[in-house]
Amino acid sequence: MSTTALYNDQGGAEAAVEAGQEGTPASSGVGAGFGLFSTDFKKNDDLKEMLESNKESLKLEAMKRIVGLIAKGKNASELFPAVVKNVASKNIELKKLVYVYLVRYAEEQQDLALLSISTFQRALKDPNQLIRASALRVLSSIRVPIIVPIMMLAIKESATDLSPYVRKTSAHAIQKLFSLDPDQKEQLIEVIEKLLKDKSTLVAGSVVMAFEEVCPDRIDLIHKNYRKLCNLLVDVEEWGQVVIMSMLTRYARTQFTSPWKEGATFDENDKAFYDSDVEKDQAEAKPYTMDPDHRLLLRNTKPLLQSRNTAVVMSVAQLYWHLAPTSEVTVVTKSLVRLLRSHREVQYVVLQNIATMSIQRKGMFEPYMKSFYVRSTDATHIKTLKLEILTNLANEANISTILREFQTYVKSQDKAFAAATIQAIGRCATNITEVTDTCLNGLVLLLSNRDETVVAESVVVIKKLLQTQPTQHSDIIKHMAKLFDKITVAMARASIVWLIGEYCERVPKIAPDLLRKMAKSFTAEEDIVKLQTLNLGAKLYLTNPKQTKLLTQYILNLGKYDQNYDIRDRTRFIRQLIVPNEKSGALSKYARRILLASKPAPLLESAFKDRERFQLGTLSHSLNIKTTGYLELSDWPAVAPDQSVRNVEVIEPVKEWIPSVGKSKPAKSDDKFYSDSEGEREEEGGSGSRSGSSDSSSSSSSNSSEESGSEDESEEKSSSSSDESDRSSSQSGKSSSGSEADQKKKKKSKKAKPSTGNSDSDENGNDPVAQGSSSSEETSSDSESADESESEAQQKRSTSRSKPKVEAPPKKEVSLLDLDDLSPLPLTTSKSSVLSPSLLSDLEGLSLSNVSSTVQVNIPTFGPVKSHDLLHHMTGKGLSAQYHFPRRPCLYQASMVNVQITLTNSSDQALEEIHIKDWSPTNLNVHCFNTIVYPCSDSTKEDQFTVSIHPAVGELLLPTSLTEHDFQKEQGKLLGMNETSATITVATKNSSAQPLNKQILSVANLGEVRTGPSNIHRFAGRTVSSGALVLVSIEAKENSTASLVINTDKSVMASMLLRDLKQALSQA
Amino acid sequence: MIHSLFLINHSGDIFLEKHWKSVVSRSVCDYFFEARENAGSPENVPPVLQTPHHYLISIYRDRLFFLSAVQTEVPPLFVIEFLHRVAEMFQDYFGECSEVVIKDNVVIVYELLEEMLDNGFPLATESNVLKEMIRPPTILRSVVNTLTGGSYIGETLPMGQLSTIPWRRSGVKYTNNEAYFDVIEEIDAILDKSGTTVFAEIQGVIEACIKLSGMPDLTLSFMNPRLLDDVSFHPCVRFKRWESERVLSFIPPDGNFTLMTYHVSTQNLVAIPVYVKQSIGFFESGSCGRLDLTVGPKQTMGKTVEGMMITIHMPTAVLSANLTATQGSHTYNPITKVLVWDVGKLNPQKLPNLRGSLSLQSGAPKPEENPSLNINLKIQQLAISGIKVNRLDMYGEKYKPFKGVKYVTKAGRFQVRT
Repeated sequence: MSTTALYNDQGGAEAAVEAGQEGTPASSGVGAGFGLFSTDFKKNDDLKEMLESNKESLKLEAMKRIVGLIAKGKNASELFPAVVKNVASKNIELKKLVYVYLVRYAEEQQDLALLSISTFQRALKDPNQLIRASALRVLSSIRVPIIVPIMMLAIKESATDLSPYVRKTSAHAIQKLFSLDPDQKEQLIEVIEKLLKDKSTLVAGSVVMAFEEVCPDRIDLIHKNYRKLCNLLVDVEEWGQVVIMSMLTRYARTQFTSPWKEGATFDENDKAFYDSDVEKDQAEAKPYTMDPDHRLLLRNTKPLLQSRNTAVVMSVAQLYWHLAPTSEVTVVTKSLVRLLRSHREVQYVVLQNIATMSIQRKGMFEPYMKSFYVRSTDATHIKTLKLEILTNLANEANISTILREFQTYVKSQDKAFAAATIQAIGRCATNITEVTDTCLNGLVLLLSNRDETVVAESVVVIKKLLQTQPTQHSDIIKHMAKLFDKITVAMARASIVWLIGEYCERVPKIAPDLLRKMAKSFTAEEDIVKLQTLNLGAKLYLTNPKQTKLLTQYILNLGKYDQNYDIRDRTRFIRQLIVPNEKSGALSKYARRILLASKPAPLLESAFKDRERFQLGTLSHSLNIKTTGYLELSDWPAVAPDQSVRNVEVIEPVKEWIPSVGKSKPAKSDDKFYSDSEGEREEEGGSGSRSGSSDSSSSSSSNSSEESGSEDESEEKSSSSSDESDRSSSQSGKSSSGSEADQKKKKKSKKAKPSTGNSDSDENGNDPVAQGSSSSEETSSDSESADESESEAQQKRSTSRSKPKVEAPPKKEVSLLDLDDLSPLPLTTSKSSVLSPSLLSDLEGLSLSNVSSTVQVNIPTFGPVKSHDLLHHMTGKGLSAQYHFPRRPCLYQASMVNVQITLTNSSDQALEEIHIKDWSPTNLNVHCFNTIVYPCSDSTKEDQFTVSIHPAVGELLLPTSLTEHDFQKEQGKLLGMNETSATITVATKNSSAQPLNKQILSVANLGEVRTGPSNIHRFAGRTVSSGALVLVSIEAKENSTASLVINTDKSVMASMLLRDLKQALSQA
Repeated sequence: MIHSLFLINHSGDIFLEKHWKSVVSRSVCDYFFEARENAGSPENVPPVLQTPHHYLISIYRDRLFFLSAVQTEVPPLFVIEFLHRVAEMFQDYFGECSEVVIKDNVVIVYELLEEMLDNGFPLATESNVLKEMIRPPTILRSVVNTLTGGSYIGETLPMGQLSTIPWRRSGVKYTNNEAYFDVIEEIDAILDKSGTTVFAEIQGVIEACIKLSGMPDLTLSFMNPRLLDDVSFHPCVRFKRWESERVLSFIPPDGNFTLMTYHVSTQNLVAIPVYVKQSIGFFESGSCGRLDLTVGPKQTMGKTVEGMMITIHMPTAVLSANLTATQGSHTYNPITKVLVWDVGKLNPQKLPNLRGSLSLQSGAPKPEENPSLNINLKIQQLAISGIKVNRLDMYGEKYKPFKGVKYVTKAGRFQVRT
């Protein structure tokens, strides 16, 4: 030991102690441990002294010896106070050793460990990423519950660190914290979600590991990262690859349809499914097309078969086995066979997996059969596994080769292996009928083997084989009876006795003789042989009572007083059964049928058959038990879940997706929802008084058709206004509002004088909101019918008025959005550039300030506006459209909802003449299909896209202000059927009042009801169409749950709203 | 993942333990010792064991058991592969992996283990990265450290972990820039009694020793890449280039590493370089047997066979051997029952022969099976599959490196049944 040598060099009284310690064997028993304890104690005293000295070298020396103690598993915990002082040491090596010590003993000395925390907190802010990382590592490794909040904070901070290495460490820390305090789960999931989005290959493996440990069931977190993980996989470090692949295997099993199924039934299902849903991909209606994401996974994992890391190769193999179409699984064969060259332990695990695979898929490994030939130097468990595989691979074509190979194995010195070989031969014989006779003859030859275990095993196997075809082979039975005297192995003797008993009628002379022998040696036999002797006696008693009656009774008498209760039991049973007396009534009549019933032949099958239930390559599979933490592989879903969840917006800088408003919401439900509300509205009209505060629009729209018409118009109008503002704003932002000419002039003249223009533009209602965000290269537009202060006619006028001013820079040909039914006159664009780019930017600034002021004036309620994709730029060939709900009361008609559509041209060509046409009038206000048509000027190409606007239910409301008293009164009216409530979990971030309100208001356009300081928050609103009151109250409770109550007579709306709110609140 | 690691020597003493999560009592090893006892030889211990609270995954290597305790589901190969990496790392650091060496360097070992795993999940397993953080001991440095009280820990913190190529450290400088490649092929074969080939295949490995400054980008091409049937690469090799052009393109790690391993397609008939004429027999009576072995070169492509060695695991009944060899030395170990005949160089003119008698335990039955012969050999300057490196090009650096390729053929698992 170098430390010892070093220590001795320094010379000291302690040398003797050290030497004494050296002399003690490492594996100290209990007795030795006590002796050691005293020396330890003494020694630790001087270690303490060294640690408290001023010399770095002495401290270091002491720490080295302490680490040596820890390594040997000795207790050094009483040095804790002395060691912990050095945690802030400048010496890196000393520091590292102190860390080692801390991590080991902090759990036992929690109070003292807290002394070190501040050091780590300081180090977490160090400019060196490695110091930050190591501080987090140690901090999170200290298993002291009291510092959980500090750890949580450190993890959250490190998860956003610039260095991927620190982020990786924070992913590890997540698992540590979770095992220390599982209550932190929700918060940790948030961090995991954040880290999953990380693009660094360094982080990917570790965060997936954390995901697997903390929340393996939150598959929804993976959707958005699925493609990224697949693409990164090759570059992730080896260990991460293993973890990611095993997670993706489970993921794929839940998200894709089975590639194995073929045929009509599947097809039909598909059709039925898609008929109801028009939007779905037509390509999928075919019998089976692999999901491109499924293919992506298979394609990206294949190169990893060439990894040097055996665990990675095995991981790919299991992934292919569980996910790939049957024809493709074979690609893994070669690599798996390659692993057999590796270390013995690797061979063992790989062979286990191959054994399972070869049961189902012989063909996969048959060409590599020779790789499974056994070498005499293989370990026993390897030999048995190889044998197992060879047996599985045996078929008519190769059986002769295999049997020849088996012949050499039978002669092996390893007798356990020889016995296993005999069993394997037996299995081959039953599976392949062509060779049954050959095998049987071979086994009979083995009966003359000198080795007892071989003979015994042969007897047992022959017994099983004979059972499958008992009609022939009475000579073999005779041969075995002859052997009986030589065999001493109990199992073999029992087998022979059973065999003769079972087929006693075929060997009428030998059987009674054997019974005679057995009667003689009965007392000396093993239990299992005794039992079989009793059986033999009973059977002979029934078939040949003349010769054997007395013998049997003798044996029964012996059995009656046997020491083993099983044998006594059996004796009693058989006596009652076969010897008729007054007590045994009905049963003895059937004795013959009971005892001499033909027995089914035993099925010889692989011991690996039942391992199929486990995922390959797992510990569970290896041990054939369900281990703790094993995650089941689910069955393929019959119908693939929505694949669009994996779509990731690539170009957009800000990703805002609202999953609930995706494609998955079918049009049907919307219709239903609408018709419901219609029905109820009529009801409402009858009662009238109930919603006393209902505004004029709802009362005026007494019949639904009228309202639908108006809704239609509002839609049209919104688009018309959008076209108008589009024109104006897209012209390099020259005119920020498309209404009043003089205002525009004002703006032009006073370039950067927003204050006066603001209010005007507010009134005029056209806010170039999008301009702020869109770059100057894009032609952007926006529209808001919301703030349209003018009537339709006026609008037309304004449209036409603005026309002459419509101008575009030469390169950017700007299209006019026009509505066929509103403005039938052909619109032309005149090209003359008026504005300079600088003016443009000025105007952008102007428009931005416009927005802010508008928000202040018009929207009292808080509403972070989420925009939804209407048309993706990929599908739209450069044209993208987004819509959002600006939440301003529609001045055109109160029963309308404003929709703002933003069109963006991201191609480098100009797009012209964008129309929106083809309403689908049946869908009314809830659902409308728009078709955007634009012919390209240069190619005269015309494209047409069908898009649809899905209004979130929360957007169909108008905020209403109520007092708390009124709220409760109204709520009292809307009980029973009209109340929908649920207890929901609230993400910890949302637990306080402020963000909670914010979340709710972002989902639904409601007005907050001012209440006193309490846990209950109330919101009120009315439906836009009918003015029905919607009351939402939420009461925050402990454990980040809350009870949410919605009172409204629109029950469908209530449940949809509830769902949306629930989702918004549970998410971060 | 990996909870704890115990190092156990051949006689069953735990001489090192390391825990990455909470401490697991070493009494968990008792289950392992039990299995060890049942298994007979250490090779036969099942690598995966189950105990009431833990799962034990172990490897046996260099007469040491590396035993890891895990608590939850983990791919067993993951752990096994990692344990082998640990053993390789010891080998790399200390030149050998043995109890004495590990005990002597217990502090470095502990620091290594600390860096390799975090919370049971591998953190840094690349030798290059680890060596930057924890310097391997050299004789000179240990002398200096003894005198000055210096440390093994690197003064500067490594940056390699953070680059896109984690296997290469930055700022490598050599005065002599060299790149050596060893193409080593091993013949795995089973020959039956009559000398016909039951099974034969060639496994190859390319070991590289790269001492190049800066960030060289190397391209290695073969004359006949079609021979390679199945390959596995060091992570540095760009798989896409291999797929499309069949060349190895890589930025190498610094120092020694395994560039690739390959398997030569079995369709090609494997040349077996030697033949063995053997006759081993035991007499029914008299409790003795005789042994007569002759070896000679067969298909050696004109090269000399060196380092020829035959190892025979005798049946347990064989007590002693009274043999004479015309060439080389032979020993028989009556305890392990292993007969080793170290032949040396094969001379085609004068074939080496070993003959004599074996004495058996009196009264013991005649052994059932004749022992099989395990053969070791070495042929320099020959890759038996015929694979040839075409050229090595370097990009990214200005200097001209010295390049070298060496071929060796060895016997792998080469067994002759008798």
